[in-house]
Amino acid sequence: MGKKWGRIGAFFAIVIAIGILISQTAFDVARNTNLGLDLQGGFEVLYELQPDGERELTEEDIQATASALNERVDVLGVSEPSITVEGDDRIRVQLPGIEDQEEARELLSTGAELSFRDVDDELMLTGEDLQQGGASTGFDEANQPIVQVTLEDGELFGEITTELSQRPEPENLLVIWLDYDEDEHSFYEEANEPDPAFISAPRVSEPLPTDTVSIEGMESLEEAEFLAEMLNAGSLPVQIEEIYSNTVGASLGEQALEQTLFAGMVGVALILLYMMAYYRFMGVIASLTLMVYIYLVMILFNSIQGVLTLPGIAALILGVGMAVDANILTYERIKEELKDGRSMRSAFKLGSRRALGTIIDANITTIIAAAVLFYFGTSAVQGFAVMLIVSILTSFITAVYGTRLLLGLWINSRTLNRKYWLFGVKERDVRRGL
Amino acid sequence: MDFNLADKNVDLIKHRKTYFLFTIAIVLAGAILLSTLGLNLGIDFESGTRVDLVSEEPLTEEEIENEIAAVGLTADDITLAGENNEQASVQFIGDLDQEEALELQGHFEEAFGHEPNMSTVSPQIGRELAINALIATGLASLGIVIYVAIRFEFLYGLAAITALLYDAFFVVSAFSLLQLEINIPFIAAVLTVIGYSINDTIVTFDRIRENVRKEEQEKDIEDFDHLAGIVNKSLLQTLTRSINTVLTVLFAAVAIWLLGSEAITSFAFAIVIGLVAGTYSSLFLAAQLWLVWKNKHMQKQREKPAKEMEGSES
Repeated sequence: MGKKWGRIGAFFAIVIAIGILISQTAFDVARNTNLGLDLQGGFEVLYELQPDGERELTEEDIQATASALNERVDVLGVSEPSITVEGDDRIRVQLPGIEDQEEARELLSTGAELSFRDVDDELMLTGEDLQQGGASTGFDEANQPIVQVTLEDGELFGEITTELSQRPEPENLLVIWLDYDEDEHSFYEEANEPDPAFISAPRVSEPLPTDTVSIEGMESLEEAEFLAEMLNAGSLPVQIEEIYSNTVGASLGEQALEQTLFAGMVGVALILLYMMAYYRFMGVIASLTLMVYIYLVMILFNSIQGVLTLPGIAALILGVGMAVDANILTYERIKEELKDGRSMRSAFKLGSRRALGTIIDANITTIIAAAVLFYFGTSAVQGFAVMLIVSILTSFITAVYGTRLLLGLWINSRTLNRKYWLFGVKERDVRRGL
Repeated sequence: MDFNLADKNVDLIKHRKTYFLFTIAIVLAGAILLSTLGLNLGIDFESGTRVDLVSEEPLTEEEIENEIAAVGLTADDITLAGENNEQASVQFIGDLDQEEALELQGHFEEAFGHEPNMSTVSPQIGRELAINALIATGLASLGIVIYVAIRFEFLYGLAAITALLYDAFFVVSAFSLLQLEINIPFIAAVLTVIGYSINDTIVTFDRIRENVRKEEQEKDIEDFDHLAGIVNKSLLQTLTRSINTVLTVLFAAVAIWLLGSEAITSFAFAIVIGLVAGTYSSLFLAAQLWLVWKNKHMQKQREKPAKEMEGSES
């Protein structure tokens, strides 16, 4: 008698403890989940690194480019940017929740290679002659925004300006370029354009023995700040080219999240109702373990820093199906044993054991598929695969061991003996006298 | 509500030739569809730009065309979606350049009040994705066959993979028939279907193997009818589980299909079709194929000298 109520008491203690744990922390777990671009809006771009002439790309080039991109993203102030190297020449940048994707694009892809040239496009100074982090904004006498850069070597600048100031007008210009391209740009062509590709071309009428240089020609303070930040973030070690981009509007992302979550809840509710209708008491146990399953999957997913995408949500809900399958396999076996006339306890034991082999075989084959997906997939598919693997492992633990524990407490309490109805077994189907 | 037919006299094996013919007919129809209609490849595979937009009011194709023309572009395909056509997907095949894309985006935002979704893929990336998807499918199948061959036996693996390929092919054919867009999530859906298909088949095969072992303890399985009886019994025993499992997963998949975000509608739909195909193939294709092949294999064994057979049995 004491033992019987002890087991049932333990069952309720576990259920209540789980209930309290989930209700107290579920909100935080949901809030800590990283949402993918498709669910919160944002901008994603995939760059391909261009090898420089004959030289091949090295691991260092890729890492250096990735960290340069990282510094630039910092300028944008995105809350959770993600910069990942893919393959051996790709870098994917994901900027969730970004407002101005045009600015982001420009900031990311510019070489930020400042150069000072004469009117014949001969190189006088490069970005490497600038002091690290030495760019700042200010205003000139006419109250126009300017960018001030500090040079490593003031003497060099003195020599250059001495030489330039001796040239006749209008050849005594110091043309300042950002991302000068030999094949595309020439000063004389651009000078006639209404919106030239160079930033400014100040006249040098006297030698300037100084290490600070002002860049004029900014249209607004924002533009000046943008340029200063870009120069401080540094130039990219290699050229990059945009090969894929994806923008999701914030309101569309939010809508997608709400709709899919709602659909998921309806789906899960239907599953739980069906399980309880078909497997009665065992269905109730299955519902409990399913709730734990969903909770655990979210915790695990957060702890591996997974990013939840739309396909990920689908994988989570389909994972519910996998967990249910493990329950169904076990319950069907238990029912079969009960119909064969076995006692509750031996039906439970035999049924659980017989179903286990099948569950393992079925789960491993799905994990094989998910692992292949993860290995070969691109980011969205990889997210799906990670979710699928996490789902299968968790479902195995909750559906096999969770069910064994919770159902076992009731079975071993013997309160359910001969209550076939509770297991969805008709009494007349039970073969007697085995 | 009881799907338990184990004790009733249902013969699932008798009409196997009809099932095989039916399956072959489906595959032929699919092959014809694929070679005539082809697939509606999304920009994930085609290279180009796709713009998904949403408006407060119902949209018409003409209206969208006009907005696009205002920027000086022409769309290759416009599809309306949503309950009242308040959503639309516009595709531009070929590489829309960055400036054009940005201009269009700004224009749509102004015209419809919501920032649109925009996705651009260069030709090289599209090709790569398609090739990677094929390789992934092939390798996943291969891995599964090897596992099944080790855990069970080769004939089970062969039958399982036939069913699996049929399921994947069925989903692809259905998408060809309905001209639904093939994109990256679709590939994920097909691979999920493969996972489920194999899952379902394995559960059935597990039971067949168990029952074959049980029978063999009593007496040798000699003729086709005996083997067929075992397969039929196994199918009936696992039928309840098959139906209940596919029903519960269908609940989830259909809910996502009908209520979920537009972006994964086709993903969920592919899974729904695949689940139905997978249940069919486990019951009427995989197990029956195994039965026919196993029987042929046993006949060959019997034709060998009796001595050798005894030797191998002991």
